Amino acid sequence: MDFVNAIILLLNYIFIPALTYGSQLALGAIFVTLIYGILRFANFATGDMMSFGTMATILFTWYFQSLGVSLGVLPTALLAIPFGIFFMILYMLLIDKFVFKYYRHQKSPPVQFAMVSIGVMFVTQAVVRIIIGPADRRFFDGEKFIIKAREFKEMTGLNEGLALKSTQVITIFVTIVLVSLLFWFLNRTKTGKSMKAYSDNEDLALLSGIDPKKIVLVTWIIAGILATIGGALYGLDKSFKPFTYFNNMLPIFAAAIVGGIGNPFGAFLGGYVIAFSEILLTYAYKKFFMYVLPASMEPEGLVQLLSTDYKFAVSFSILVIVLLYRPSGIFKGKVL
Amino acid sequence: MRKNLNVIAAYSIMMVLILLVGIFQSWNIALSIFNLCLISAVMTMGANIQWGYAGLINFGIMGYTALGGLAAVLISVDPVQEAWRAGGFDILMALWLIVVMVLVIRFILKRFEKSKIRTYSIAAIIISGILLIRFSAEPGIEAIEAVDPAKTGFLGGFGLPIVFSWIVGALFAGGLAFIVGKVALGLRADYLAIATLLISEIVIAIIKHEDWLTRGVKNVIGLKRPAPYEVDLQTTDWFIKLVEKFNSGKLSVIENLADRQAALNQLVIEGSSVFVKLCYSGLFLVVVIILLILTQKALYSPWGRMMRAIRDNEEAANAMGKNVVKQHLLIFILGSAIVGIAGAMLVTQDGLFTPGSYRPMRYTFLIWVMVIVGGSGNNFGAILGGFVVWFLWIEAAPISLFLINFFTAGIPETNALKAHLIESVPYFRFLLMGLGLLFIMRYRPKGILPEKIEIK
Repeated sequence: MDFVNAIILLLNYIFIPALTYGSQLALGAIFVTLIYGILRFANFATGDMMSFGTMATILFTWYFQSLGVSLGVLPTALLAIPFGIFFMILYMLLIDKFVFKYYRHQKSPPVQFAMVSIGVMFVTQAVVRIIIGPADRRFFDGEKFIIKAREFKEMTGLNEGLALKSTQVITIFVTIVLVSLLFWFLNRTKTGKSMKAYSDNEDLALLSGIDPKKIVLVTWIIAGILATIGGALYGLDKSFKPFTYFNNMLPIFAAAIVGGIGNPFGAFLGGYVIAFSEILLTYAYKKFFMYVLPASMEPEGLVQLLSTDYKFAVSFSILVIVLLYRPSGIFKGKVL
Repeated sequence: MRKNLNVIAAYSIMMVLILLVGIFQSWNIALSIFNLCLISAVMTMGANIQWGYAGLINFGIMGYTALGGLAAVLISVDPVQEAWRAGGFDILMALWLIVVMVLVIRFILKRFEKSKIRTYSIAAIIISGILLIRFSAEPGIEAIEAVDPAKTGFLGGFGLPIVFSWIVGALFAGGLAFIVGKVALGLRADYLAIATLLISEIVIAIIKHEDWLTRGVKNVIGLKRPAPYEVDLQTTDWFIKLVEKFNSGKLSVIENLADRQAALNQLVIEGSSVFVKLCYSGLFLVVVIILLILTQKALYSPWGRMMRAIRDNEEAANAMGKNVVKQHLLIFILGSAIVGIAGAMLVTQDGLFTPGSYRPMRYTFLIWVMVIVGGSGNNFGAILGGFVVWFLWIEAAPISLFLINFFTAGIPETNALKAHLIESVPYFRFLLMGLGLLFIMRYRPKGILPEKIEIK
């Protein structure tokens, strides 16, 4: 029985939260990696673009709530996401037209692109804060839990409860659907294949008659979808605050690079690598050992490898180690 | 003279703007803007050495600034004897363990050929070393943090004058840059940017959470000053006489003796804070001028030419027998050390150290905007960038408030949109910075004062 308790404990505090957080990171990381692979620059505006998409979603959620529209047990935000995506894509295309297009035609070096994206980051941050303000906002409604910890205990008679939040299930489910669709698109359709070809070798792709304008357009559209959904899911699960989104850019970058930047599948797995290592290394295992070990061997301390303050530092350290020993990432991405 | 006309013109405009703030807002505001402009100028000089001279991208400026600030704390705060007695031994043991670990790893690296076993054993040493240090230092750290946590709870510093910390800050930052440069400089430009950004976040995380060393988010306040205190000045005779002399015209108009005394007291209070700020301005100005002379000398020396050659064509420079890796490391250390000085200056001026306030937006990206806007590769440009951008950063809110009121003059105060806009005035500075950066990058990619190289 103790063994089952220990498993439930790990599921509740490590596995499910890490899977959720990893899914949110994975969507962001695929966004970074697509921009890097096809438009060829490190987008420092990633976090703020995600917060823009989330902001649009929140505004529509509020609008729908004021109209009295709701999805019952599901959060209204799911209904608002498509509208959020629309505005996000519009914003991205506008930025591309007025900012990035010029440098693409100039064939500027990636560093210059990165600098320009910092300009975009400043502007986007300002736009988001001017429109919705810097405050912490929750926009979740509907049923909060699928299984409550107390109900689970009563149901099974175990000591440990397993709480399953509906946002967690929605996040994991949506991520799986979205990522499968994306890989199907990239590997099976003609446009997807031409995107891959463009990413591999631009000149060769142009030579075989691939339209670069179309590739760029499709890239921004996919990026907009990923950014909005990733941001909105994070906001639903935790809360929306522009500053947090800016900070999330860092683990997202870490995920993309660990997975091999330019490689969407690597970025997808990279998100989980980062999330699991962050949570595994900062979790206090005391209770776990209390269940597993006999009473005489019970640990005294918290059995925590690193304090939770260093959660972010874990992912950055992993990134630095990967950059040093395997710069192309765990799953080979673009070679440096 | 003529070829320097644009430099002189740009600086004169900047000075006039600051003077205008002094006249229309207050001299206090003008001087605090000026002081922070000077500190920003030091930071931009550091970033400019790395980016403008050598083309190295360093997004870790925040980390070096914070280390400089930490130096200010460690140098100036008096040692907390009780805390040293409580846990000093454990901390020293942990330090000793770290040194041993580094030496062992170095020995293994030198002694054995590169192999899988070597890599794994090094990893094992690092992991077990970290665990060992953590467990051996734990009681000491807890004991230190338990010593009067509301006031101290940390080891304190050396109790030296704070100005020394400007040099120590440079050493700290240079030391970190040495480590970072050793491991990360081989990376391609945009990877280097990301790596340095993340490393600086790690540095901040450590400073924030290692309370025994830095007090963490509890902040260190009331640091020693190199300048006199306002309260002392207000009771000093010569200072009161000085204020009286400066304002004799204003004071002689007032007939009533009591009124005149009250007016004088008010002027002394204002004057004291202006005087303190002027002291800081003098100190900072000395640093800026020394650094400017040194960097200018370096830029036009054979070494500066070599750096530009490496920047413009690494392979060609390598073929000419220049050690690119070594020079990159050197310039990375130099630039970061200058940023470290700025970090120590900043904490000196504020008189407090708040690890929570180090955010990449303010201490990394804003500095980069300064470098790009001012003109990379040109020291005068970088300094000007520091001045212009910091000035706009502070004055953006009043300017945008004025603009909003101007354009919505016909709309009543109660209008929701107008109220919302006025409420979000502080965020217009981000918009201004972003647009400024984008416009400069597009239409004047070399900055306001572009790099100009004359071969003498």
